[in-house]
Amino acid sequence: MNTVGYTAIALQVGAVAAGAPLLTGLMRQTRALLEGRAGAGLLQPWRDMRKLLRKEPITPVGTGPAFRWAPPLLVATSLVLAVLVPLVSTVTPVHARADLIVVVALLALGTLALALAGLDTGTAFGGMGASREMTIAALVEPTILMSVFALSIPAGSTNLPVIVAGAVDQPARLTSPAGLLAIAALSVAVLAESGRLPVDNPSTHLELTMVHEAMVLEYAGPDLALVEFGAQLRLAVLLGLLASLFAPWGIATSASLTAVLLALLLVVLKVALLGMALAAAEVFWAKLRLFRVPELLAGSFLLALLAVTASYFLGGER
Amino acid sequence: MNNSLFTQLLDLACGAFLLAAVVVLWRRELAAIVRLFALQGLALAAIALLLGLHEDRWDLIVVAAGIGALRASLLPYLIRRALDALVADRTRDQDGARAYTYSEEVRETEPLVNVAASLLTAAALTLLAYAVARPLVELDPTPATRALPVGLAVVLIGFFVLVTRRRALAQVVGFLLLDNGITATAFLAASGVPLIVELGVSFDVLLAVLVLQLLTARVREAFGTTDIDDLRELHD
Repeated sequence: MNTVGYTAIALQVGAVAAGAPLLTGLMRQTRALLEGRAGAGLLQPWRDMRKLLRKEPITPVGTGPAFRWAPPLLVATSLVLAVLVPLVSTVTPVHARADLIVVVALLALGTLALALAGLDTGTAFGGMGASREMTIAALVEPTILMSVFALSIPAGSTNLPVIVAGAVDQPARLTSPAGLLAIAALSVAVLAESGRLPVDNPSTHLELTMVHEAMVLEYAGPDLALVEFGAQLRLAVLLGLLASLFAPWGIATSASLTAVLLALLLVVLKVALLGMALAAAEVFWAKLRLFRVPELLAGSFLLALLAVTASYFLGGER
Repeated sequence: MNNSLFTQLLDLACGAFLLAAVVVLWRRELAAIVRLFALQGLALAAIALLLGLHEDRWDLIVVAAGIGALRASLLPYLIRRALDALVADRTRDQDGARAYTYSEEVRETEPLVNVAASLLTAAALTLLAYAVARPLVELDPTPATRALPVGLAVVLIGFFVLVTRRRALAQVVGFLLLDNGITATAFLAASGVPLIVELGVSFDVLLAVLVLQLLTARVREAFGTTDIDDLRELHD
């Protein structure tokens, strides 16, 4: 059991690390094709990263450890998330530690590291980006917690693999009002957390609108490569989490190698589909005004809260 | 219809019913608010239909059809007509100032409580409804009575819309949400009121909307806006 479990983890982390830049490439390519451009190809994020890694590392004068440690910390937390979140198998040697609260705390740690780095540069943009990011994070983290809580009530545990395995056993849990509300709330929260379109535009450096880009404006060379890799990893892990929670079919619930391989194939397919759907939707969306973002996030928080209350009073016979 | 399927469909209908009320608070466009109200009428009709099928009561099925016709098509149609009348009146002469008031007129631009705070209040109201309904649910826990907080929550949210929105038509929708909530509570708690009472209430609501529609048109003719807050002072 243990060898299969460790293989599953190794496969999962390998797939996330190798696939995250490809996912970003796929999303950019989908967007480019829909907008009538040729696009740079799936491998462009990897080429960008190679280019950045060859440059000499430069740090701005007067920046301290917060600035220097943020990129490795971001990548490290994202990789730990990639180990913990049940994407391929629910029976792994770490499944007892894959708790919802740990996962949300790791996400928040990555966000906080980047925000501190933005403040550390002492520039206007860094501070502005950090303050915006914290405003958004303060609303997003409780939403993620609440929406997964709604799913954890029927499962009776906040352990993610237990929730996913329960959903595989009883698909009716997902089509209950609580499940549907939680899906809507978590989707909005994932968009906001990964800095995608209605909340933050990842492909712009316009000073009035940027959030994530404003914080990382001072990074160059290998550090920038790490920051971008971290952001891509987070997007891949969050989309994977969404896929596992709400379309868990095919995930390996037993310790057999074929099931693990099949699950890996399926999860790659699901995340690629989700990414393409998101990119296609982004073509039609406009970025929300910054002052409207709290409205959207308060709405998704409300949906999550309704999901939790609904799982009490619309739970049917229990 | 077997029991678990009934429970699941009823839960879904109740979820959609509550969600429509909440999203009314989220949207600013009056047209979108009216669409949501129609959707809520459909969910309410679905609740009545499911209860009727489950208890084999033909009168409930008839009531469901009536509710669907009234609340999902006739009332939204009337409100839409009032809204279109506002728009038509404004687009007749499109100089700058008029065009500006036009866009003000079909949107709930500045509710008394801002949207984010309204949404959080809706969350609190739902929790309150759940807390209040708990002793009632414990009397006879069936799938329908378990969903009782939904009806109460929609009543409270309807009140909230009624109190905090400025546009006359948004307030009409708030009133209708309140009424939807009361009807849903009656269905979920007691499988509906007698047919004659239901008919009376429906006609009452229809008349109220007709009168309010006329009143809105008159208010606009007299004051040039449907912002109720401008009507504080008495004129002779």
